[in-house]
Amino acid sequence: MSEEFKVEIINPEKSFLSKEDVTEVVIPSFEGEMGLLKDHISIISFLKPGIIKIFSKAEEKNYYVEDGIAEFKNNNLSILTSSIFNIKDMDKNKIEEIIKKTDNMLSGEKLTDQEKYLADQKIETLKLLN
Amino acid sequence: MATLDDLKKRIASVKSTQKITKAMKMVAAAKLRRAQENAERGRPYSEKMNNIILNLSNGIPDKENAPKLLSGTGEEKIYLCIVLTSDRGLCGGFNTNIIKKAKAYFEKIFIEGKKLKIITVGSKGYDQLKRIYKKNIIEKISFKDSKTISYLDAEKVGKIIIENFEKKEFDVCTIFYNKFKNVITQIPQEQQIIPLKNSETEKNSFDDNYEFEPEQDEILSNLLPKNISTQIFKGMLENSASEQGSRMSAMDSATRNAGDMVDKLTIEYNRSRQAAITKELIEIISGAESL
Repeated sequence: MSEEFKVEIINPEKSFLSKEDVTEVVIPSFEGEMGLLKDHISIISFLKPGIIKIFSKAEEKNYYVEDGIAEFKNNNLSILTSSIFNIKDMDKNKIEEIIKKTDNMLSGEKLTDQEKYLADQKIETLKLLN
Repeated sequence: MATLDDLKKRIASVKSTQKITKAMKMVAAAKLRRAQENAERGRPYSEKMNNIILNLSNGIPDKENAPKLLSGTGEEKIYLCIVLTSDRGLCGGFNTNIIKKAKAYFEKIFIEGKKLKIITVGSKGYDQLKRIYKKNIIEKISFKDSKTISYLDAEKVGKIIIENFEKKEFDVCTIFYNKFKNVITQIPQEQQIIPLKNSETEKNSFDDNYEFEPEQDEILSNLLPKNISTQIFKGMLENSASEQGSRMSAMDSATRNAGDMVDKLTIEYNRSRQAAITKELIEIISGAESL
């Protein structure tokens, strides 16, 4: 029996990625990382900044997301996000740039606890990548 | 009667106008294809978003504690209208159609004795509305500098709307844009985004047993602001496809009209040229006869 399911990543401009032969996906859900396998119960969750890992038999793909929402239903995982980058395309300069921006935001504006938490998460993830 | 020289000049000027409109048509046709592709690619996102929100809002047990963006403030006193238009002219009835639709809606609001606030997106809409509704316009936004429509632009508009909503500046929010049907037809749309109306999607509202993480209302209150940006973005995409389509057909008929005009002027030119020659001949002949 195959243990593969379909994942789709959509951003507002276009369908970012569609893959049929995925065995496992790890998403940075708001309350911690969550691994999804085939026949998972239907779930809706939203994402915090972090890394989406997509495993298939042949390869492993990593993407960095800043926000988004994930819906899993009938072995179809759809991830809606407005900011997603392939980790391969991210070089040090770019990462530094985002970290700096977020740092500025943290020190400058008044943020709610949730926004602060999200920004902290963002910096943490990016530093890991660096 | 115009002299031969005048006619010649007019023909030349109409011809050069025709060249311009023809070039504009070509450019619009090329841009239309891109805009149309963009609009189509953007559709899955807004559809999915709508579906998820529908599933979420159906699952909410008591509607009274639902987020205000979904259920409204409970009043309907102040209306906010977002009018999406283009930044450039020469696109036929594109902007006028949106404005006409919006104006009809404004009048209805005034008759009901309610307050109206307007945000215009795109400079052409502001130009047309400022004459009558200047004091109602609270913000004008224009993305003249950005070549393609990006989600970030839509997000900016979305943020302004949400800020105003949180300050209780309005109760109901409606957006106006042109929906792209095909090159010749664009349908002006009014779409209410706050409170959210689910009139079209209601029929596929079967209950799914979803698990939510975190709680439903928390997801929902995070998602609704995003949905507003998404809806604006959808409107902007549809609008840009419509704008190019409308410009293309407008420029097409302008080119055709210029062609007709050149034909007419050429006939007139040839006639008066012939008349002049005949006149000269008659003069020569009658001069020779009188000798």
